[in-house]
Order: sequence, then C-alpha cells, then structure tokens
Amino acid sequence: MKPNDSRIATIEVLYFARLREIFGREREQVELPGNVQDVASLTAWLRSRGEPWERELAPGKPVRIAVNQDMAAADTPVGNGDEVAFFPPVTGG
Amino acid sequence: MTVRVQTGDFDAGAEMAAMRHGNPKIGAIASFVGVVRDLNEGADVAEMTLEHYPGMTEKALEKIVGEARARWDIYDALVVHRVGTLKPTDQIVLVVVASAHRGEAFQACEFLMDYLKTRAPFWKKEKTPEGGRWVDARTADDAAADRWS
Repeated sequence: MKPNDSRIATIEVLYFARLREIFGREREQVELPGNVQDVASLTAWLRSRGEPWERELAPGKPVRIAVNQDMAAADTPVGNGDEVAFFPPVTGG
Repeated sequence: MTVRVQTGDFDAGAEMAAMRHGNPKIGAIASFVGVVRDLNEGADVAEMTLEHYPGMTEKALEKIVGEARARWDIYDALVVHRVGTLKPTDQIVLVVVASAHRGEAFQACEFLMDYLKTRAPFWKKEKTPEGGRWVDARTADDAAADRWS
C-alpha cells in the first residue's frame, strides 16, 4: 500500500470579488481527486464541474490564484489542508 | 514598519508626526494619499466598496514593505489601506516613508504604491447610475510596477 492511499486530501477554496458573486459563494471545502496535485490540475478539475466554473476559469481568463496566501503559478503544489484562492487581477490603491 | 487595513479614516499629519518623533535621524518624510474620484471610465461614481482578502492582504503588504527596505536605506514605512464603502473625496490609501534624505523617501514611496496596486489583494466595486461594476485592472499599473524590476 502506498502511504497516501488511505488519506483524502481536503482543501479550502476561496473566491473574491467578481468570482465570489458569479460562483455564489465565498468559500467551499472540497475533497481532491488523486490526480489533483497542483494549481493547474485543480483549476482543470474545478472547470470540469461545469458552468459557471468552466467559463470563468477557462484558459486565458484574467484569474489570479493564491495558495496559502501567496501568489501561485500553474505548477505550485496543492495538497491536504491548503487554502487556495481564486480572484480577478487586483484593483486597490 | 507598519501595515494596517481598516474601515475608518486616517490622519496623514498625525501619522507623519508620530514617525518623525520616533527617530531624530530622520531628515525626510515622503507621503502619498489616494482619494476616491467621482468619475471613472466615463461613468459617474456615487460610491465604491473595497473588498480584500483578510490575512493575505497584510502578508502581501508586509512583503512589499520588506522589498522597499531591501532596496532603499529607509528608517520607517507605513501603509494604511481602507476597506468598506467609500465616497468621492474620501481617502483610500496612505503611504509614508522616512529616510535621512529625500531621494530614498520619494522613490520608496512611489515603489510602494506601484507594487501595492498590482500585488495587494484589494478589489473595487463602483456604484454608478447603471448599477454596480467591478473596476478592471489597468495595464498602465502593471507597466508602472514593471519599471522597478
């Protein structure tokens, strides 16, 4: 048996601004399928849930992603207990 | 070095006085205040609401202040950013930097604002006669931040 087989990875997903409104939620707890290991595969999996995720998280859309409150890239690892936030480009100041 | 996110207003004069009194080596203090305008992209703005990502906001601002300290010889820096509902003429953001001479203070102040605008997780939603609309990020802001890299 591989060490991780029995463990279910759960993460907290947060949405801000326009994405929070469109998705109708500020946050959700999701159990990750085994093939989700980084930001790119997480985004693809969220898209596979259908609209509005499919449209809003489509490649080329201006979406920024943070993992544990640090800006992330496509290959940033995502795993059990992480906090992953999706939001539009920032407009403060 | 301090960062604060708050709903209430701030007093730039009081903040600068506090900074000045804390260190007799300070010879220059530069400050910037961002203010809500009543017009943006051709629409009248009655008010705006600023949303942020609690936790990450403070972390991002502290990181930006840390970068300014690494680049310039500054004694102190303060960033205060308001959230919640604001109206035209209200203050939104304050940056104050203290150093021995003006060059470092001016540059670090501008750097902090440029980085804050592109890296700190705040979002503005404007209330216009046509309804609410999220403000789009500006490419000019990205260009302003890029010139420091």
